[in-house]
Amino acid sequence: MFSFVVKRLAVAVPTLLLLIVISFLLMHAAPGGPFTQERALPPQVLANLEAKYGLDQPLWRQLVTYVWGIVAHFDFGPSFIYKDRTVNEIIAQGFPVTLTYGSVSFVVAVIVGVTLGVAAAIRHNSWLDYLAVGISIGAQVLPNFVMAPLLLLTFTWWLGWLPGGGWEDGQWQYMVMPVIALSTSYMASIARLTRASMLEVLTSNHIRTARAKGLPERHVILRHALKPALLPVLSYLGPAFVAMITGSVVVDFFFSTGGIGRAFVDSALNRDYAVMLGITILVGALTVLFNLVVDILYGWIDPKIRY
Amino acid sequence: MMNRLLLTTVLSVGLALPAIAAQVQLGETLAENQEYTYWLLDAIKSMDPQINTDVEGSGIMRSLFEGLYNEDQTGGLVPGVATDHELSDDKTVYTFHLRDNAKWSNGDPVTAQDFVYAWKRLADPKTASEYAWYMELMQVKNAAKIIAGEAPVDDLGVKAVDDHTFEVTIEAPLPYFPKMLTHSSVFPVNQKVIEANGDKWTEPANLVGNGAYVLKEHILGEKVVMERNPNYWDDANTILTKVTALTINDENAALTRYLAGELDRTQVPAGQYPRLKQEYPNEAVSVPQSCSYIYMFNVDKEKGPAALQDIRVRKALSYAIDRDIVVNNILQGGQAPSYNWTHAATEGFKLPEIDYAKWTQDERTAKAKELLAEAGYGPDNPLKLTLNYNTSEAHKKIAIAVQQFWKGVGVELTLNNMEWKVHTDKMQNQDFEVARYAWCGDYNEASTYLDLFTSYSGHNNGKFFSERYDELMKQSKTAADPNPMYTEAEQILAEEMPMAPIYQYTKVEMIKPDMRGMGLNNLMQNWYLKDMYRVAN
Repeated sequence: MFSFVVKRLAVAVPTLLLLIVISFLLMHAAPGGPFTQERALPPQVLANLEAKYGLDQPLWRQLVTYVWGIVAHFDFGPSFIYKDRTVNEIIAQGFPVTLTYGSVSFVVAVIVGVTLGVAAAIRHNSWLDYLAVGISIGAQVLPNFVMAPLLLLTFTWWLGWLPGGGWEDGQWQYMVMPVIALSTSYMASIARLTRASMLEVLTSNHIRTARAKGLPERHVILRHALKPALLPVLSYLGPAFVAMITGSVVVDFFFSTGGIGRAFVDSALNRDYAVMLGITILVGALTVLFNLVVDILYGWIDPKIRY
Repeated sequence: MMNRLLLTTVLSVGLALPAIAAQVQLGETLAENQEYTYWLLDAIKSMDPQINTDVEGSGIMRSLFEGLYNEDQTGGLVPGVATDHELSDDKTVYTFHLRDNAKWSNGDPVTAQDFVYAWKRLADPKTASEYAWYMELMQVKNAAKIIAGEAPVDDLGVKAVDDHTFEVTIEAPLPYFPKMLTHSSVFPVNQKVIEANGDKWTEPANLVGNGAYVLKEHILGEKVVMERNPNYWDDANTILTKVTALTINDENAALTRYLAGELDRTQVPAGQYPRLKQEYPNEAVSVPQSCSYIYMFNVDKEKGPAALQDIRVRKALSYAIDRDIVVNNILQGGQAPSYNWTHAATEGFKLPEIDYAKWTQDERTAKAKELLAEAGYGPDNPLKLTLNYNTSEAHKKIAIAVQQFWKGVGVELTLNNMEWKVHTDKMQNQDFEVARYAWCGDYNEASTYLDLFTSYSGHNNGKFFSERYDELMKQSKTAADPNPMYTEAEQILAEEMPMAPIYQYTKVEMIKPDMRGMGLNNLMQNWYLKDMYRVAN
């Protein structure tokens, strides 16, 4: 197990390097630059700016300087657009926000999703099943950029129960709508995955045996059926967790949460190279990490899996 | 003439109104709550006056800092840190007298040296300010050379004669120079604070300004909070106690939050003004704003399409656009249909007689067909063009309408939607045929528009060239009254049609009815928090 983890982490380093190089090149291949704007800057002014940010250097040297900055000083460079801030500061401000509402959304999505899925499977083809399937399909087809304004209209304008946006250091009132908007479609996917896989497990031999032994149904479901049924769900949860904690553009966009989801999209549109790379690396590293976590959890859930 | 007039206005206003802050009218009672919350589309990119580049940031700069002059409710100049100025006989040396009670928020006095430092900082290549060119536009002596790295920063034509006398030397007379002083890039900054804190000087804990407000919080993508600066020289006449600017990226979400009472001022999304005006007649406002929306033609001899070399074709395309439909059916925010380039409400500017502006749309369309036929285009040989526009709901709607208008005169228009940076990049490399474009004035004077179509302008993306036009614009820089030249320049644009004007902007907003002093009649839409207040109903 230990050597497996070490090996995986060792592979992660070249993976991330490759990610940096490809993102870096793609980014520079996109037309326009951070200082391209409606009012073209006079050539002298542009030259001064490019000199200040090192953009006048050959591409390979910019890349080497950038990677060296990260390796040697953990410095992801300055933002070219938010000039008062460094990439480290932008991530340090936005990531905790995203991590908070993302984690809460994840927990909500898993609890509600798994419960709905299990309930639907054990009461297969009953009203409960139809209701659960109905809810999850509804939740999945309602995109969050439609749901977010609907939530705003309902809870802020019509009922007046919740503030319409902001973060205020994560007070619960400010988190309710972001969490609903973010968790719903994940919840729906989890519910459907759980239901399908539970249905399959429930017809398998070991469940028949468990029932034949006369175990109470509660034990059959919780001890014998749920664990194997969660395997396919688990492989979905790893990437889903990373996606949730690295931000949702829609949530940041509609609820002014100040997370990194919006910052990421913004940086791409603004050609804010360093911010875009910084967040790409963060997402990449988290993806590698949580894929590893999922693999380790596999071994725990299914003892047949050995590394 | 112009110059002396301006000068006397400044002087007389200065004398007549010693207190220039919030002007509470007779019979108005102030509300108990003097907090104000307004909407920002995007996060503020920088709190540094010499680094900030966008309009939203400028509003905050005007609150945290104060320049030589401010603007009043209608855009006229009123004293800021300077009480008045003198101009030398050759009109190239301005001597500003600074008030002796102006203070920084840390209590230090604001001196002429602070202006010298800030202006040099703006021009310094090391600062790498995107607005360094503004110093060149102001024609401050040696600015161009300093930006190009050909002269040391200390050669800049600015001098602190004593603590309260600031002297500026410009290269050549510039009639509208004083108007340019309200721009936030030429606001003073505190040298000691910048040198002590480096890049971190704009953080709320470090920032020292000389404006009516101080920065309390700045959370990227969430909010900016400002409170009163007790050291501000006119704090006694400033009323709002706390101001919050909320970043809300979606204007519909912002509108919902306005209606829920969370905001006091927000923008009205395109197309919603008529409904809101009906439901909230005291809150929905539409006022002119100094910006102009056009379709630019690429008339570059090498890179532009051959068809657009023909003036008849360009005229036909412009004539065929039904601007009334664009403003009345698409935008619906009180925008003005436009047949020329400079915003019509620009101070001192006199529109020429533009023939096609007076025709009916049927006449314009008929004339367009005639011109296209003359140019050799018709049903068997239709003119094919491509329009580039950047992603936005309103741009798209207008593009689709124009496609239909042009189809009516036999022109096949392909719509080419692209991301903002790509659009800009293509325009600046003349890689387009027709492109959506808009320009907002930097100051309330026609040259801020008309300079763009000179052959030597860096913004003339369609590469229009007219010798007479260049000549007029050069002459206007030193003329006692440049306005007749501006009128003639506009006439040339109407005759050669390097672009099709479409509409002139209005600022369409929802503002709580108890707010006063919002500066809505200022064409530049430059507001000052120190002038605002709330009345009790």
